[in-house]
Amino acid sequence: MSVLVFVDNSEGSIKKTGFEAVYYGSKTAKLLGSDCIVCTYGEIDNSILAALGNYGASKVILAKNIKTNDNQVLARFVSEVADKNNADTIIFPMGPTGRSVAPRVAIRQNAGMVSGVIAFPDVANGFSVKRNVFSGKAQGNYKINSAKRVLGIMGNAFPIEAGNGLASVEEWNGDAGISKVKVLEVKKAGGSVPLPEAERVVSGGRGMKGPENWGMIEELATLLNAQTACSRPVADMDWRPHHEHVGQTGIAIRPDLYIAIGISGAIQHLAGVNGSKVIVVVNTDPEAPFFKAADYGIVGDAFEVLPKLIEAAKVFNASK
Amino acid sequence: MKILVCVSKSPDTTTKITFSDNNTKFNEDRVQWIVNPYDEWYSLVRALELKEANGGSVTCISVGKADYDPIIRKALAIGADDAIRIDAEANDGIFVSRQIANYAKDKGYDLIFTGKETLDYNGYQVGAMIAELLDLPFVSTAHKLEVNGNVAKLDREIQGGIEVVETEMPLVLSAAKDMAEQRIPNMRGIMSARTKPLEVVSAIDLEKTSEAISFTLPPEKGSCKYIDPENAGDLIQMLHNEAKVI
Repeated sequence: MSVLVFVDNSEGSIKKTGFEAVYYGSKTAKLLGSDCIVCTYGEIDNSILAALGNYGASKVILAKNIKTNDNQVLARFVSEVADKNNADTIIFPMGPTGRSVAPRVAIRQNAGMVSGVIAFPDVANGFSVKRNVFSGKAQGNYKINSAKRVLGIMGNAFPIEAGNGLASVEEWNGDAGISKVKVLEVKKAGGSVPLPEAERVVSGGRGMKGPENWGMIEELATLLNAQTACSRPVADMDWRPHHEHVGQTGIAIRPDLYIAIGISGAIQHLAGVNGSKVIVVVNTDPEAPFFKAADYGIVGDAFEVLPKLIEAAKVFNASK
Repeated sequence: MKILVCVSKSPDTTTKITFSDNNTKFNEDRVQWIVNPYDEWYSLVRALELKEANGGSVTCISVGKADYDPIIRKALAIGADDAIRIDAEANDGIFVSRQIANYAKDKGYDLIFTGKETLDYNGYQVGAMIAELLDLPFVSTAHKLEVNGNVAKLDREIQGGIEVVETEMPLVLSAAKDMAEQRIPNMRGIMSARTKPLEVVSAIDLEKTSEAISFTLPPEKGSCKYIDPENAGDLIQMLHNEAKVI
């Protein structure tokens, strides 16, 4: 038996969610007494793949001949590798690619599937695993009854440690078929870290009064090496682009640090961010519900507090 | 154009989540159920717009018991022509997608819409699973969908950006925010929804491949540490020394 991990190829590199999935896979393999094998596709340096050994992979299988991210093609590839390597557990990071390939593989493999996984499995009595439910408002413990299982792993849900290891790299020469989906154009949204992977996030709400005031949010974010985000009303009023909207109907994030400026903390917003390790809330209203979920609070006007934070962050950076 | 829209219910987004039966069941007491927003605001409305422009039909499909009927009537009030309810408690993504695919397999739908996710169990599974079961292409988290003849052109979310893709129908897709504007059902819609066909079909027998054993609520945060706004800058040192996040 083996544990198989699918990793997305992000223009020749592997993102943090990929390392997390490999680490998760190797921990799970240890619990099950099996090996952790990784598979990916496209153009990527063998040295990057071999280095996945640092996270516990013993072998990496690369399908250089697959040049599409189409989920139908990738599912055929992953499923074939799973068959050949006798995989009983298949792990996907829940990025846009993994999320659409994983359910197909579950069907092909006749496997039970759990998404939104946030902790290592319990294999003492069958196979059970913890996941987020209700958009992060609660967690559920789920049992998978089938002989094979597919897991979708949440980003930033657990810390990872790099050890010392070198994985062997094998090229896959099978046929995964032709994609029926043609890519016409790719529009990149600036080169920054995607929000679900961000370790630090500075987020603004209606209290920022208008898009012209976002300079301060951006400046603080840059100084703290953080990404910017916003609340739903801000995205709905087109002050900020929709891909920055965090919350129940936007993106769910779990950064180490979430700084919310001028956001009251409606239950829908909290659902998307309450997995954050440390939450800082700046709001003029001492009764704002967000303070109940905060670790640090400043009751004050964003336009007075932000310049002070920016100044202090500059001093802090200079002292590093 | 023949369109199928998968419709799920979800608790209203303001619901405070609690559990019953020794934390093994979602406590449905006083829960207000709504049509899952991704299914209603984006999928269903875009399906109706396509029907209005190109002709055809829009059918809604749900997997659930009779308590689903008000949700289905709402979808009919917004404008769907008819609805199917597969009479079974929805267990998980695999159960739901196998039921829907089994119903849809010989009906010749050009487009099968799902929402990006449901707001209760957030599985992101059903669309891709239906596509796999029917051997169709699947385009996930689409913000935009245009149809020209039998070709669909979509904008979809990818890591750090948007991809514009094209594929021939039939096709399964999952709809994300911005695909359409919310429609509020009018009185005529609500009246006519009562008489539109809602067919209840029996479910196929399936094993439970997964099941929930127990639920927990996230631990309460300790009390918030307040910083005087005059000395707001102190926060930065606290984040470094105490919280160790910068």
